Amino acid sequence: MRQLAFYGKGGIGKSTTQQNTMAALAERGNRVMIVGCDPKADSTRLILHSKAQHTVIEKAAEKGSVEDLELEEVLLEGAWNIRCVESGGPEPGVGCAGRGVITAITFLEENGAYEDLDFVTYDVLGDVVCGGFAMPIRQGKAQEIYIVTSGEMMAMYAANNIARGILKYAHSGGVRLGGLICNSRQTDREDELIIELARRLNTQMIHFVPRDNIVQHAELRRMTVIEYSPEADQANEYRELARKIEENDMKTIPTPISMDELEELLIDFGIMEQEDETIVGQKAASTVGA
Amino acid sequence: MTPPVTTSAETQAMIDDVLSAYPPKVEKDRHKHVKPNDQSGGKECEVKSNVKSRPGIMTMRGCAYAGSKGVVWGPIKDLISISHGPVGCGQYTWGTRRNYANGQLGIDNFTVMQITSDFQEKDIVFGGDKKLAAILDELVEVFPLAKGVSVQSECPIGLIGDDIDAVSNEGTKRLGLPVVPVKCEGFRGISQSLGHHIANDAIRDHMLGSRELPEQTPYDITLLGDYNIGGDAWASRKILEDMGLRVIAQWSGDGTVNEMATAHLAKLNVLHCYRSMNYIATTMEERYGTPWMEFNFFGPTKIVESMRKIAEFFDDTIKEKTEAAIASYQAFFDKVHETYRHRLEGKTVMLAVGGLRPRHTVGAYEDLGMEVIGTGYEFGHKDDYTRSYPELKQGIVVYDDPTAYEMEEFARRLKPDLIGAGIKEKYVSHKMRTPFRQMHSWDYSGPYHGVDGFAIFARDMDSAVNSPTWNLFDAPWASAKKG
Repeated sequence: MRQLAFYGKGGIGKSTTQQNTMAALAERGNRVMIVGCDPKADSTRLILHSKAQHTVIEKAAEKGSVEDLELEEVLLEGAWNIRCVESGGPEPGVGCAGRGVITAITFLEENGAYEDLDFVTYDVLGDVVCGGFAMPIRQGKAQEIYIVTSGEMMAMYAANNIARGILKYAHSGGVRLGGLICNSRQTDREDELIIELARRLNTQMIHFVPRDNIVQHAELRRMTVIEYSPEADQANEYRELARKIEENDMKTIPTPISMDELEELLIDFGIMEQEDETIVGQKAASTVGA
Repeated sequence: MTPPVTTSAETQAMIDDVLSAYPPKVEKDRHKHVKPNDQSGGKECEVKSNVKSRPGIMTMRGCAYAGSKGVVWGPIKDLISISHGPVGCGQYTWGTRRNYANGQLGIDNFTVMQITSDFQEKDIVFGGDKKLAAILDELVEVFPLAKGVSVQSECPIGLIGDDIDAVSNEGTKRLGLPVVPVKCEGFRGISQSLGHHIANDAIRDHMLGSRELPEQTPYDITLLGDYNIGGDAWASRKILEDMGLRVIAQWSGDGTVNEMATAHLAKLNVLHCYRSMNYIATTMEERYGTPWMEFNFFGPTKIVESMRKIAEFFDDTIKEKTEAAIASYQAFFDKVHETYRHRLEGKTVMLAVGGLRPRHTVGAYEDLGMEVIGTGYEFGHKDDYTRSYPELKQGIVVYDDPTAYEMEEFARRLKPDLIGAGIKEKYVSHKMRTPFRQMHSWDYSGPYHGVDGFAIFARDMDSAVNSPTWNLFDAPWASAKKG
């Protein structure tokens, strides 16, 4: 069994990319489980064709405690018998979402959810804000991380920061970076840029997923592209990504780069302009009484 | 004086009356937890247990950290248990369990020390993994004879998600001794019971079966679930050795890291506290095929019964030695009877204790002519109650996770000659002018297990029940009324 985790900036398309890729892996005959680790609980909707499934935390709260919970109540099977679980968590601004992730994963382990599987993936929210959200990449959990990014500046900042987190856990838990997935935003020279970023991070751009409106069409129907339109070009892109992940033998300890280095890279590719240090801290020139 | 026989109907009427003071929802719920005893274990009288305590009522329960650090891991003498988190959890439970251990305190015995990572604001914000690693290094430097370390998680550790597994793993490699992470955050579960389970799982994952013994005999056994309160395990071990058996591991009272690591080599596991160690006994049965059996060393009747039950497992040599030992104890038992029985005959007892004593001590009281008229568990499960029904008199009141109010009201109505419970119940009982014994820590006394323990048990019950103190004063408000 291989355990993967998808990380990336919020809104970059982690959940969509992951569900499509997992659908393609399952289509290839793999037994797959998706573990959503985001309080929003939107990591499995395309597989289950539902709005949001009942989460571990929500059910546990309803029953009184997580010890009273049965696995069947929170583990659902969707398309291609993909097993789906959402950890869930509190509403924004209250409680502790990170603990929700820990509780949910511990529950799954203790109740044998990990038996008879080829792939488990964790879909984790944008930033590793506390120890709880690092739970999926600890020892014995996900050993391969895929960072979903694009050629936009903030997405690349996030990717570099995530590489830092992986570096920390690479030494204590053995986690490795499997590659960058470029989820295209059609920025200039996007593929070249991500290939270069990947090189500097000591990894690869495992696949370039082009932008295609069919993804949105499928999403409106709460489906993956693989299921909605199996013949579509975009479905083949996800199948290609799935194949590359299945055959991936490049798993590395990342070498995150410094902020200056990242900014230089962005300047080289024309994404960012050279900063003019002379204007820093200067007020706008006064026009009054001129 | 023989105590009045209470029928199930009378007990039920008393329960109805006491519980009627609650709001309807609580009343309905508590009725499931309080029943007249049915020796046959009938469905109607089955006591509901192991569920969350009602908010707003005072419970006797502890937390998972208490179950893991206080009960299971704390007594291992050559291992340092770190109370990992803010200082309070370790500080306010320091030294309350009275689990005795041989050795030099601070040199090769760390049971009575309070070692904490003393979390501060910055450790919560930035995480405490580095601090924990530094503490591990300091500990081996300060205590070079420590044979292991356990990291007992307090609540905040589980909340901020520190990776104590990774720090412990690295520590194990770096320091060359087992560092065991135990995720026993107090908010997990509904009582200390889950803490016992978590602690057992940690033993299973990090200690069990990891070492060998230089030699083995066909008579090797372990003594499980005896925490050596006031020397209990020593008294129990003596009996087992008199029977010709070799105790290769004592878990965990006066126990060692090596005993945790070699226990899997036993031919038989004998288990005193089923509640807190059945998990590891079952694991050893599954993993190594080691059979296990429960026993009870409180009072002559149960001691003799248990000795014969254990001896059944072995050959005639052991059986003969067992009979010889039983015969040799008889004079001592007779002496205890002769001294105390006439002073205690017919006296009644109400109990409310943890995981085994609500049923295990019944025989010892009966050996002294006393009668248990009410009993219940703080954190027992269904299987504990199933084991209890036949041990208790028909119709007596059985209460699960009793509240302070219920204990007080039952005591008013049943007027026991003695109450045996924990520290929170002690002074209420005293104010009611009812003799009391602390049945968790033996009230600074003990041992109560084994042959030696029975004499001490009898002496303590006598001095409590027959103390003239209780007739010498009234409560202040009562004497004020008298004018």
